[in-house]
Amino acid sequence: MLAFLVRRIIGAILVCIGVTFIVFVIFIVVPGGDPAERIAGKNATQQNIENIRKDWGFDRPFYVQYYRMMDKMFSGSLVSYTSQQNVLQQIEQGMPATFSLAIGAGIIWLFFGILVGVISAIKAGKLSDRVITVLALIGISMPVFWLGIITRYYLAEGGLTTIFPDGEYVPMTSNPIEWFWHLVLPWTVLAVLFIGFYGRVLRGNVLDTVNEDYVRTAKAKGLSPNRIMRKHVLRLSLIPIVTLFGLDFAGVLGGGAILTETVFDLHGVGQYAAESINNFDLPPIMGVTLYGAFFIVFFSILVDLFYAYLDPRIRPT
Amino acid sequence: MAERVTESEFTLESASLLAAADEPSAIRGRSPWYLAWRRLRRNYVAFFFLGLFIVIVVACMLAPVYAKHVAHTGPNTNHILENVRVNGKETPVVSPGGIIKGKLVASIPIGPTWFGAGGKFVLGADQNGRDVAVRLLYGGRTSLFVGIISSLICVFFAVILALLAAYYGGWGDFVITRFFDLMFAFPVILLGIALGSALAINGFHHFGINIESGSIWIPTLIISYVLVPYVGRPLRGQVLSLREKEFVEASIAQGASPFRVMFVELLPNIASSILVFFTLIIANNIILEAALSFLGAGVQPPTASWGTQIADGQQLIVTRPWLSLAPGLAIILTVLALNVFGDGLRDALDPRAKVKVSH
Repeated sequence: MLAFLVRRIIGAILVCIGVTFIVFVIFIVVPGGDPAERIAGKNATQQNIENIRKDWGFDRPFYVQYYRMMDKMFSGSLVSYTSQQNVLQQIEQGMPATFSLAIGAGIIWLFFGILVGVISAIKAGKLSDRVITVLALIGISMPVFWLGIITRYYLAEGGLTTIFPDGEYVPMTSNPIEWFWHLVLPWTVLAVLFIGFYGRVLRGNVLDTVNEDYVRTAKAKGLSPNRIMRKHVLRLSLIPIVTLFGLDFAGVLGGGAILTETVFDLHGVGQYAAESINNFDLPPIMGVTLYGAFFIVFFSILVDLFYAYLDPRIRPT
Repeated sequence: MAERVTESEFTLESASLLAAADEPSAIRGRSPWYLAWRRLRRNYVAFFFLGLFIVIVVACMLAPVYAKHVAHTGPNTNHILENVRVNGKETPVVSPGGIIKGKLVASIPIGPTWFGAGGKFVLGADQNGRDVAVRLLYGGRTSLFVGIISSLICVFFAVILALLAAYYGGWGDFVITRFFDLMFAFPVILLGIALGSALAINGFHHFGINIESGSIWIPTLIISYVLVPYVGRPLRGQVLSLREKEFVEASIAQGASPFRVMFVELLPNIASSILVFFTLIIANNIILEAALSFLGAGVQPPTASWGTQIADGQQLIVTRPWLSLAPGLAIILTVLALNVFGDGLRDALDPRAKVKVSH
């Protein structure tokens, strides 16, 4: 068990290094304008640019530049090329919005995803199952940002009504009611795709599990259908959902909900990443990539551990 | 007729006799592809949606015909300062804007004229006075091209990597699976826009490949690259379990080369999964293309694609919501058709398969 953990953690660190290195190479190797010229501004002389190149170390080999950037990142002194703002502080500022979005949407999509999956599996082949299947398919066929734009227009910008506030994030500490009200639309929009997807996966899993021998044994013992579903069928069927949820949730926490954050203007970590990419600002992109990769590898270890708890047949060695 | 056999004297020999006596015509050998086709044939819903997809593809292929003979304009032709006769009344294509519902709107393009203008501006115009219906069809060409070609490239590389990893195992497998892990640690969309904006400036000019910036090949290749592990990993798992089967051992024992084992023995056995993955990943890629274009890291303006059209329409949503609604509905219909047909295909090819594509 301990060996498993140690191996996974070493692997995770390597993945984080690899991911930042890839991003670094993308932005250094692919010509995207000289960062020194970018920092120097429009009216800089050649001498200015040369000085900046020397000061910031852009004349050094790329591995030295990479090492310096990672060094600055971990000492917390990494600043953006364009705005000169501290990258870590900017990420910290975006985290409350991103976390609020991820946690709220995660609860909604997990709850409704399981509900939808179980109902359509119990009613398999009946009308309610078909209706749910059609709705789930439409849900996974919608581009998230489009749904965001449309709901924002019709429900917040006066297309039909203005009951919901129009975008922006309000910190929970300053006004919990406004915080909730501002996040209802982003939560729903982000959750729709996952509900459809989880519902369909779970339906398939439940229908597979129902045919297992041990479920027949449980039935033969005379257990109630309710108990069989909860204690025997769902326990096994939920395992793939746990993996999916762990990784999807980590993705959103790590700033992966770029589209939802941008459409609703939440100023989270994902939106920060998107803006930095548009400005060609390497340090924040490196920062957000490392931040996102951390959540993904951390949660994938967590998922593996949870696996062992849910299914005693799987034990990490 | 075989002699009656009791249980006690049941041997393999008598079993085959019994089997032979059992109406020989009913157990004619049929290929798995034929059986799958028979199952698919009964799935009318899947066929309906396949038909819908074909209709969409054909409509988009006919975009130049529509543009030339019905709308009399091109996808990137501006008509800002022109008037159009709608139901006998001269109407400006783009009217000046103002403050509407508390928002500053730069201009108000003409709304859908349906058939009032003799085929011109059937679905209205956008802020540059371009015909939305024409752009929708041309945009569909772009989106479908990116979706289908990127799926082909993605599945091609995923299959090669999966076969190599699972066949050779050891170091090759280690390197390929670590590469997959590395890619999984990126949010797909983040890697996509990072590559997209990096390549949008100067294009790609390495390794003897020259792609100009603004080329439609840039989003196509990016999308195919970022999704390789999502197809490669499950396929590798399948090949890995096939690798242990007797027919592979037999083939190796007969002296078959690794190439032959991989492509003649193993590949046909994962062909049905590949086909299903291909269908479902096109749907996925059309949405991803739209997302990248919406963020400015995919198809570059003025080229029309459903994603850039939604982004254009967003600026005018207060006065002309239809500009964003139309391309979105086009995406939903196309992707829905592919998803439903892909599901039907999966059920038909392998009723117990567990092929899943996640967004």
